[in-house]
Amino acid sequence: MNKKRGADIVVDVLLHEGVDTIFGLPGGAIMEVYDALFDAPIRNVLARHEQAACHMADGYARATGKVGVVIATSGPGATNLVTGLATAYMDSIPLVAITGQVPRHYIGTDAFQEADVIGITRPITKHNFLVTDIKDLPLILRQAFYIARTGRPGPVLVDIPKDITQQVAEYRIPSDEEVKESLPGYNPHVEGNIVQIKKAAELIRKATRPVLYVGGGAVLSDAAEEIYKLAHLTKIPVTTTNMGKGAFPETDPLSLHMLGMHGTYYANMAVYHSDLLIAVGARFDDRVTGKISEFAPEAKIIHIDIDPASISKTITVDVPIVGDVKNVLQKLIAELEKKPVEWMAARESWLKQIQEWKEKHPLSYRKSDKIIKPQYVIEEIYNITEGDAIISAGVGQHQMWAAMFYKYSYPRQFLNSGGLGTMGFGFPAAVGAKIGRPDKTVFAIEGDGSFIMNVQDLATAVQYRVPVKIAIINNGFLGMVRQWQQFFYDSRYASVCLSVQPDFVKLAESFGAVGLRATKPSEVRDVLAKAMEINDRPVLIDFVVDREENVLPMVPAGKSYREMILTPKQKGEAETMYLVG
Amino acid sequence: MSDIKVLKERPQPEKKVGRHVITVKVQHNFGVLARITGLFAGRGYNIESLTVGRTHEPNIARITIVVEGDERVIEQIIKQLRKLIETLRVRDITEIPHIERELALIKIHTENDRTRDEIMRLVNIFRAKVVDVSTDTYTVEITGDEDKIEAFISLIKPFGIREMARTGTLAMVRESAASKIMPGEKFD
Repeated sequence: MNKKRGADIVVDVLLHEGVDTIFGLPGGAIMEVYDALFDAPIRNVLARHEQAACHMADGYARATGKVGVVIATSGPGATNLVTGLATAYMDSIPLVAITGQVPRHYIGTDAFQEADVIGITRPITKHNFLVTDIKDLPLILRQAFYIARTGRPGPVLVDIPKDITQQVAEYRIPSDEEVKESLPGYNPHVEGNIVQIKKAAELIRKATRPVLYVGGGAVLSDAAEEIYKLAHLTKIPVTTTNMGKGAFPETDPLSLHMLGMHGTYYANMAVYHSDLLIAVGARFDDRVTGKISEFAPEAKIIHIDIDPASISKTITVDVPIVGDVKNVLQKLIAELEKKPVEWMAARESWLKQIQEWKEKHPLSYRKSDKIIKPQYVIEEIYNITEGDAIISAGVGQHQMWAAMFYKYSYPRQFLNSGGLGTMGFGFPAAVGAKIGRPDKTVFAIEGDGSFIMNVQDLATAVQYRVPVKIAIINNGFLGMVRQWQQFFYDSRYASVCLSVQPDFVKLAESFGAVGLRATKPSEVRDVLAKAMEINDRPVLIDFVVDREENVLPMVPAGKSYREMILTPKQKGEAETMYLVG
Repeated sequence: MSDIKVLKERPQPEKKVGRHVITVKVQHNFGVLARITGLFAGRGYNIESLTVGRTHEPNIARITIVVEGDERVIEQIIKQLRKLIETLRVRDITEIPHIERELALIKIHTENDRTRDEIMRLVNIFRAKVVDVSTDTYTVEITGDEDKIEAFISLIKPFGIREMARTGTLAMVRESAASKIMPGEKFD
């Protein structure tokens, strides 16, 4: 038996779990752990705000598939994690958060920097633990990692009172078996039911207008290969959600790009007219379905998901299959291969129809040679990175343009806060992604409103020489809210004009990063080329863009796909609502 | 425009609202009850009653929840309960033969001998028990299912109820029906 300080036990378990990088910010209650980390072979990234630290760990996890680790102190340190944890929880990202807590004998006394962190984070974590005895510490930490990365992944928080981190005790790291056995109520359902899979295969054979609807679960389950195989075997077109991007290459002729509120015309038309919808690791979110009673009205639905609670939550499905997406798809493909059909002949008219939709309304925007169009910036980022960069977006119009105008071809390539919609996510997540994937070019595509919410962590990126590229789509507005005000509130622009802004170029320089700016379309390529040459520190590019450009197409919230707004407004002309079917 | 004809609306399942009795076996850890009540509050489900207590197994508690909702809500509640790391078994026993019991303590105002007699008669009929007497009150202990207790309360109400405490429903499947396994159930 080893005898060690609680803080050293924490470090030992981190090493045992293969953790090589942690993100965080120290404080009184977590000092002991930082002291133990001081000599440990773990890269310790000191953030400037715990929220940013949490998004960095999240970006690291999204980009690498490993569990992200964030450390914070008690009270305000832990409460600053709240937005980051909720973001990770909504998108099922595996994180372990370790927070310091006041010493046990102070708990409940309103001690300095005390907060009920377990109570506060209960609804935004997959599970959380308060360590009350040092003998439980190694098991709890190992349980935290196990719970975070298995089943439907998610963030797990471990709150450790300071006196436990200081206490010296004998300990032993529990085995994988012991960890599993210690959680009798936690048995994620990985294997899909074969009877259900056979039913699904039968529906696929009979369908004439099928669509694959792929969500973030396919990325988390590492199932891109299986999706590709299934789509090409059965000639079924594929649409992905925002979170599912990269699970199927958008350069593929079977790709319909994204569906939903800001989905493509052809993806939404295909889903609307489908007779079979195969939902894979997706959860029928309101931003996808719009008005639920008019969502894919004729489609039979197959739903593959590891979380039984996602099935028939908002929409009743015909063939539910609970299991790991990769596992289920492998069995499904094997089942389909047993009794093949003349797939191409069966799909001919459906694929032809989709091609017509694609030609009728491709993704487009009104180009300009006088003013920078935000979509143009994204297209040029796509060109200069040859479609290979990891893109991490904030939340707002720029996020949707980044989703629409960059074509993603591999999983974990597009990182964004799809579920919670957290402004300020893009840049710190890009820093975490770049640390995890130093081999890739990483672009943070941010809005001027979104970026400034975590601007302080430019210091972190400079300190650790993380060469992320930051593209600010600067329209001087909280643009998505402005767009909704224009469409639905009679253009009353209440509290959306960011009339006072820092000079982003000087701001970057003051942090020790490189600042660049483009104000004319002719400058866009040059500044991007310049940014690509800098690889020893972050580069920020301020793209001053058309202030009132809108994200289109758009299905207004709660409306049916039949009521898609398609065409940008000409001066003095109303937006065109498109009625379908 | 496409010539594919599509229904205007997705056929929606009927909504049947009903009272459901759900039993939950949990690891009796710190904060487990808060997790369960938090789940109900956070997702907007209404609890009619919730009881919790230890069992014969060490560190295992049993919770009985009575809740009203349509089938989709009930299904979600059960799935969300199963998702909690510390739940060992969740069952909706509404459709399985089962025993329900609740205990109530009711302090009843006694005006005079005549009302005292009348209350005693009701106590006897309902097989309740007077557990405390004062010059102007009887405190009655009554056990039974919800309907029995509601019936007793409605009869006793005219005399004047000073105070009342109820445990909420406890429930257990009858052994003769215990072999029925609900589909998709999470077993320990």
